[in-house]
Amino acid sequence: MIDLLLDVGTWILLIFGGVLLLITGFGLLRLPDLYSRIHAGGMADTLATFLIFTGLALQSGFTLVTVKLVLVIVFVFFTSPTSSYALAHASFVAGLKPDLKSYRDRDEEDE
Amino acid sequence: MLLLVAGTMTVLIVRNLFVATMLLGIVSFTMALIFVSLDAVDVAFTEAAVGAGISTVLYIGTLAMVGAQEKEKKTIAIGPLIICLAVGATLFYATYEMPAYGRATNPVQTHVAPRYIQDSPTEIGVPNMVTSVLASYRGYDTFGETTVIFTAGIGVMLILRQRRRRKQEEDEEEEEELRSSTSGSLTGLGSDHDLVPHVVAKLLIPFILVFALYVQFHGDYGPGGGFQAGVIFAAGFILYALVFGIDFARAVLDGKLVLFLMAAGVLLYGGVGIASMILGGAFLDYNLLADDAVHGQHLGILLIELGVGITVTAAMLSIFYAFVGRADIDIEQGD
Repeated sequence: MIDLLLDVGTWILLIFGGVLLLITGFGLLRLPDLYSRIHAGGMADTLATFLIFTGLALQSGFTLVTVKLVLVIVFVFFTSPTSSYALAHASFVAGLKPDLKSYRDRDEEDE
Repeated sequence: MLLLVAGTMTVLIVRNLFVATMLLGIVSFTMALIFVSLDAVDVAFTEAAVGAGISTVLYIGTLAMVGAQEKEKKTIAIGPLIICLAVGATLFYATYEMPAYGRATNPVQTHVAPRYIQDSPTEIGVPNMVTSVLASYRGYDTFGETTVIFTAGIGVMLILRQRRRRKQEEDEEEEEELRSSTSGSLTGLGSDHDLVPHVVAKLLIPFILVFALYVQFHGDYGPGGGFQAGVIFAAGFILYALVFGIDFARAVLDGKLVLFLMAAGVLLYGGVGIASMILGGAFLDYNLLADDAVHGQHLGILLIELGVGITVTAAMLSIFYAFVGRADIDIEQGD
């Protein structure tokens, strides 16, 4: 019974993680601006990694492999958003301004 | 495999070198995945660490000095093209004479591999057979690899450090300026706006270095060993240099110490070999290093992996210092 629960849980987590990664890839291709692409890549990527690794950890039970997976999750939690921040900051310092024109039109319409 | 070929072809075609660098990273990761699927985890580890990690950083460091566009080449050189095609065709034809890949009756499967697989637990007693082959059965080859890394580091320093002497006089005047302001050598390297990378790097770098030590000494039991550990150790230092500025990194491990370490690693390796010759055996014969042959093997493998790790760390760091120090000079001279 426990095995079945673990398998179902792993399946759900892996599928969600995979769908999130697909959405990330789609967003990376289709979003208009560098900053929105960084947003897509950084956030969804981290959550997808967390879900997939938790699914794998469920499969491994209480062994050393699970501890290593948890350590990798913590590492990715720290580094992936930081690298997104560093990328966005570097682009801003280098002079790339975010594309605000499309949003400004909507605000002017409301007024 | 298709991804690999597509990536490699695209590297040849694109003009923008930053794109080419990223593609090379992707190609390295794909190669590492292929190695994992072939059950060669040690090689995959090394490929991922070196190809997708350190190489990308060093390429981008070079591009910061050189510029991102490849020069247009209108003419095709006929002579070298014909030579390349001829040699490639000969090599390709020669592979037809080799036995089929992976067949069980190949000489390598019937003579060499079973001897290693059967005798390694009793002769060497190290659980990771890749390490026992790399460090003990093929110890000479690994010595050659370490010397190659050493030569690569020396070569880079020869080419890129020539301006160091002229910079010495300006160095003492500018040292005070450089240390008081927190801006680093490359523009944006170690600027003091970046609170988030500073904090996260301070948190993570000790763990990266401890992980490198773990990989180094765990190479006997799992994937790991000197090469991967050296690369991860150097990556920790390079991260420190990238976030805080190269002057702080130089305060920890300056150029002279890195040179000394590069040589010390190779010396350690060769020293183990000489020690075994002094004790009466052949070069790099570990059986004589301790009372018991198996303990001698363990000690020998430990020492030479340490030598490899030290040399790889120092070589990667010296290449990074050479590139970034050079960029420092170019920017100051008004580039």
